[in-house]
Amino acid sequence: MKSRENLIQFGLLITALSTIVIHLLIALFIFQEGLPIILRVGINEFVCGTHWSPQQGQFGIFPMIVGTAWITAGAILVSLPLSLSCAIYLSEFSTPKVRGTIKPIIELLAGIPSVVYGFMGMVILFPMIRNHLGGAGPSILSASIILGIMILPTITSIAIDSLQAVPYSYREGSLSLGATRWQTIRMAILPAAKSGILSGIILGIGRAVGETMAVIMISGNSVIIPNSLFDPARTLTANIALEMNYAVGDHRQALFATGIVLFITIMILNIIANVLSRRGVEK
Amino acid sequence: MEDKIVVKNLNLYFDTLAVLRSINLNIKANEILSIIGPANSGKTSFLRTLNRLNDLIPTARITGEVLLDGLDIYKKDLSLPWLRRKVGMVFALPVPLPRSIFENIVYGPRLNGVTNKLRLEELTEKTLKAAFLWDEVKDRLHTSGTKLSGGQQQRLCIARTLALEPEVILLDEPCSGLDPLSTSKIEEALYELKKQYTIVLVTNNTKQAARVGDNVAFFLMGDLIEYGSTEQIFTVPSDKRTEDYITGRFG
Repeated sequence: MKSRENLIQFGLLITALSTIVIHLLIALFIFQEGLPIILRVGINEFVCGTHWSPQQGQFGIFPMIVGTAWITAGAILVSLPLSLSCAIYLSEFSTPKVRGTIKPIIELLAGIPSVVYGFMGMVILFPMIRNHLGGAGPSILSASIILGIMILPTITSIAIDSLQAVPYSYREGSLSLGATRWQTIRMAILPAAKSGILSGIILGIGRAVGETMAVIMISGNSVIIPNSLFDPARTLTANIALEMNYAVGDHRQALFATGIVLFITIMILNIIANVLSRRGVEK
Repeated sequence: MEDKIVVKNLNLYFDTLAVLRSINLNIKANEILSIIGPANSGKTSFLRTLNRLNDLIPTARITGEVLLDGLDIYKKDLSLPWLRRKVGMVFALPVPLPRSIFENIVYGPRLNGVTNKLRLEELTEKTLKAAFLWDEVKDRLHTSGTKLSGGQQQRLCIARTLALEPEVILLDEPCSGLDPLSTSKIEEALYELKKQYTIVLVTNNTKQAARVGDNVAFFLMGDLIEYGSTEQIFTVPSDKRTEDYITGRFG
């Protein structure tokens, strides 16, 4: 009996470890493929170089970094007001029944394939931007709007959970001190839920940085440093996905190196999110 | 002595469940009224009708009248923040907000528009002294209120209620989680406070009611069974059930 239990325990340990091993292998593989070109070109030249023409041996991914940053920032700007107000409403004002109905629907948004979001962007957003704001359509603006909607469920659902985790007694305490409901939310509940909400936002940023399909379809993909919201841009992920199937040699390595930059960015974001949510629990 | 709060024919329902049934009770100014009774008898619910905290429960429904200085507090356009500043409340579990001791005290006054720093500091000292906490925390007013011991947290909660400069203070089993020493400190504070405030104290501890109360109301299953002076209730209760409860035969 004892030995059987040990066996099961060992089996589970192996399975659990395998997920870590898979991660390590992926990291190892990306670094092995991409690191040589970074070292050859020079980190500074690779990350800050503004020219990306693999045929001429120029590997600067700065335009893609800028594009990713702009689109991600735009997505957060679009998403934050919507998701925060949605979370505050559902957590603090709606009845449990309404919350129980709407929250799963919001979470369902996360399950829609990203190609569908991209398609909606092309069919609905492009003409709107073209007719009302000018430009061709594919742009930082369109990508920000679509990505903002895509990360809505992540931020909203984590924000609802952190608001709900604030002890009910804080609400009663604050109200009984003569605060209105809104003052209670602003001065007692939001500060207490702050770290949880921040970690939700960072996970949202992570999703936005990592999103590929929808972004390829709606951001225009030109390798330029964008000057305005209506300029097209290319993200790091799009760069890899668009060129990988015909890239060889240095070009292929440079795409892997792009992956390294992405990998490190996402890792850092996730670590920040983890630290924040743990700090929230301790309090 | 004049009546501070008059409760007339008060009924409280959660959904269809009657939690309080035709309560009639006058609470006199500058006195401590202790409310005793076994669990589930509606003591806390009664207390929470006096500052309308039951309004938070969507299924709660109230009939009857509660008059504060003659004013119906269930009047339609009554401002709840105003009412809750006049009728302060201290909960069974002390819950300081996750802020410093100072910030906990000035939370209410700030919401009420007091911004003068000197005034806020004065208020902090005055209320902490009244709650018998000043000497223990005066050197660390800017450390977190949640780091204090349970008894200190409860006295902090009393102090922050006093900072509202209320007229009535509701206490919901304020000593239920506290050791005897902290309990006696809080009772001492209550004794001083009744000179300025009207106090309603819900307690599970009949001895505490006997020690600090001027009058006692005995609740059972949502009914007010008996009301009288502390002396009368604890020596010659007129109702058999009251006698059974205070002698510890049930509850």
